[in-house]
Amino acid sequence: MTRMQNVIIDSVRTVLGWVPEQWLPGGRPDPLIARRAAIGQQASRLDGPVKVRGEARFAAEVPMEKLCYAALAHSPITRGKIVRLETASAESAPGVVLVMTHRNMPRIGTVPLIAVTDLSAVGNSSVPIMQDPEIRYNGQVVALVLAETQEQADHAATLLDIEYMSEPAKSRFEDGKADARIPASILIERNRVSVGNAERELAQARHSVDNVYKTPGQNHNAIELHAVTVAWDDDSLEVHDSTQMVAPSANALAKLFGLKKEQVRVLSPYVGGGFGGKGLWDHQIVAIAAARLARRPVRLRLSRESVYRMVGGRAPSEQRVALGADVDGRLTSLIHTGYSVMPPYSACPEQYSLTSRALYRSKSFEILQRHIDLDIVPNTFMRAPGEAIGTFALESAVDELAHEMGIDPIELRRLNEPDIHPLSGTAFSQRALSQAYEDGAKRFGWERRQAAPGTRREGEWLIGMGCASGSFPYARMPSAAIRVKLTRQGTATISCSAQEMGMGTATVQVQHASDRLGLPLDAIAFEMGDSALPPAPMAGGSSQTASLSGAIIAAADKLTLELLRLAGNDSPIAGLRAGEVRLDDKAVVSIAEPERRESFQSILARAAREEITITATGSAPLELLKFAMHSSSAIFCALRVSAVTGEIRVDRLLGSFDCGTILNPKTATSQFKGGMIMGLGLALMEETLFDERSGRIMNPSLADYHIPCHLDVPEIEVMWTGIPDPRSPLGARGIGEIGITGVAAAVANAVFNATGKRIRDLPITLDKLL
Amino acid sequence: MAIRINEREFAAPNDPRVSLLDLLREELHLTGTKVGCNQGACGACTVLVDGERVLSCLTLAVQMDGRSVTTIEGLGSPETPHPLQAAFIERDGFQCGYCTPGQICSALAMLREIESGMPSYVTDDLAGQASDISMDEVRERMSGNLCRCGAHNGIVEAILQVARGQTA
Repeated sequence: MTRMQNVIIDSVRTVLGWVPEQWLPGGRPDPLIARRAAIGQQASRLDGPVKVRGEARFAAEVPMEKLCYAALAHSPITRGKIVRLETASAESAPGVVLVMTHRNMPRIGTVPLIAVTDLSAVGNSSVPIMQDPEIRYNGQVVALVLAETQEQADHAATLLDIEYMSEPAKSRFEDGKADARIPASILIERNRVSVGNAERELAQARHSVDNVYKTPGQNHNAIELHAVTVAWDDDSLEVHDSTQMVAPSANALAKLFGLKKEQVRVLSPYVGGGFGGKGLWDHQIVAIAAARLARRPVRLRLSRESVYRMVGGRAPSEQRVALGADVDGRLTSLIHTGYSVMPPYSACPEQYSLTSRALYRSKSFEILQRHIDLDIVPNTFMRAPGEAIGTFALESAVDELAHEMGIDPIELRRLNEPDIHPLSGTAFSQRALSQAYEDGAKRFGWERRQAAPGTRREGEWLIGMGCASGSFPYARMPSAAIRVKLTRQGTATISCSAQEMGMGTATVQVQHASDRLGLPLDAIAFEMGDSALPPAPMAGGSSQTASLSGAIIAAADKLTLELLRLAGNDSPIAGLRAGEVRLDDKAVVSIAEPERRESFQSILARAAREEITITATGSAPLELLKFAMHSSSAIFCALRVSAVTGEIRVDRLLGSFDCGTILNPKTATSQFKGGMIMGLGLALMEETLFDERSGRIMNPSLADYHIPCHLDVPEIEVMWTGIPDPRSPLGARGIGEIGITGVAAAVANAVFNATGKRIRDLPITLDKLL
Repeated sequence: MAIRINEREFAAPNDPRVSLLDLLREELHLTGTKVGCNQGACGACTVLVDGERVLSCLTLAVQMDGRSVTTIEGLGSPETPHPLQAAFIERDGFQCGYCTPGQICSALAMLREIESGMPSYVTDDLAGQASDISMDEVRERMSGNLCRCGAHNGIVEAILQVARGQTA
């Protein structure tokens, strides 16, 4: 399948290489890049007031008549089967409505796994859900108890008596290397890259480094627990979910339960943090099945432990990065290979090698990812999957090479900055990483860094500075649909099923629509988070803003045509074609002669119309195959390491970003900072502790899995080049994930600068520095 | 038995296992109080009991007999938000908004703790009154309220803005 995918994508790229730019989306820069008013303004979030009052309603908060509550039981063994199942005492406990196990769970198929070739597929796991007595991983859900209250359900779940027979399980990373799989592709890229003979070049290089970097498993830990409130009404299904994929989930659930699309409605107006973790997992499916069996509405809010047990996170990895350079510091060899865990029933390839394909030019490349199959909860996409840990390995190695050569690490990067994509040879749509470094270094005071490590000390504190590059590919999803209703009074309602997890989706798209449709901000309403609305793609890959922007462009074009048609011949704008007008100040205006115009109100009144409603779908995102499109960043870190205890205190963290147009500086700053703070967690504390003997996660709680808290987070500085990308809607590229990339390496490089100790094994905890 | 919640009297639940958190959310539909861990690790469920911050997930509802509980719904109004609510919006002290009610309730009580001279781990002068509330004081005292979106800077700025009596 993935081999076929390689052939198809290669062919499309080849054909697009021949197609003139102006024929493609992004061929001509979006006119709003030059002409914008609301875009780029510092607007506060539209959903701010309801959120600070606690009125924003999340999935577990929807009231329902005759609601009952669910509790889950998880397998404590890693591989084997259930051999005895005693449910009578749970069933007879007070308030219990139903106990569901593999015996009475309705027979359903498996969920198609998320794949680039099938965008309607949203599954994170293809393990059968409570269909048989088999146990495939530790934590797999084995029973659901439904009761009148949560307390009754929780108690009854403890009365389940389940006996298991264990079988040998694969749970050791090291043992899995021997038969690791080599996939043909990693997302839309070919997996193996061989340019020249990288091993020979490395052996002959004047300067070289060759090291192995390890990163642990991690969990998303959105503060809102995964939850659904589910109700059946005859054969129609209503699911209040917390999901990053509203419309695709509705489609998948319809298929799974044998319903028509219009019989399933998924609502998710607010998501209390996603980061890749709020997809379709087993909990929604067992809750829906239980609601059907019990003929009652069901609420299932996972416990924090259940989230760890049944929702996978970032896969652990072991990466080799080797760099060779000539006497001038130009890379002659770039090798990035490694292993990460990916059971065959999971969807995310943890694409850590993608950054190494685009960040530097090199005479030779050798890139290859291998997947280790363990019996483990399926891993999934977690903020900047791949890039977050791939940049740790690559950007630590660059720092090591710079140290080895005795040159400034920024200078080494500048020397190897590519003019075109280093592998495909295609042009970058826009790239100003060198400028981001220059601006960032100046503001940060990089010149104060002592090149020799371990030479700055104040009392017990060793002081150091480090930097690293971050990178994340641009993405825009196909088939984003949007509906625009324009009224005679000059108000517009924009509707689609898109997701709000805190990115400011509605806020930014209202700013966009204000400029695109020529309406004031307060005349525009944005509806989202409901699969009954026109289908938007999932929120993932930092693509939602670009995808929705593309759809709004298509909708504005269609609306313009409709307004011209309605204006007819008896109008100042009669005879003008769509390309000759724009929507401005509540009117259709001739671009060449701005005095030729007719207001929306006048056009609709004359046509005796109260409103116009159109639905449009964004163009195919061919720009991302024609051009090399990446957001990039320069991250700077200053920190102290205690010479006595080894504890690390980050004093400063600065991100200088090159991500195209910044649509709303306030919400964008928060996105960047949020990513960088998760990067601090990645660097310094986050680790899903996995017992390789038992195959069990040992720290399934927020008390034992540490994420940055207020005292861990310094004031973070964020800046950007703001140079528009001429190939993307509004000139913008994604900003949701780039923030985390590069941070772990910047911290590790600063730790080296402070102490002279190179830590290649995340997280950098104090024991590793003593 | 009666519990006063946002200036209204409610009966304590019959089931003694019901936490204050579940009483608020499931029985009274006061869902502004959030749940992130149910074990006192995240602070999302913070409410005020007689003016002091309390983790409602670790508090049994029956313990609240005769006490006065204030939740996020009891602060401000749509027309006149509490200064902390306004400052959180202005400083973008949240993204997804899920930890926000807990952060705001916690901040409110935390500022009163400082005012009453209660020292923290980072307070230099344990006897004296701090003349100005430092960023580190706020960071230390708010560290029991986790935020995963990474709005820490905005939260601390919003709290300091209110503490220092600055307005927008």
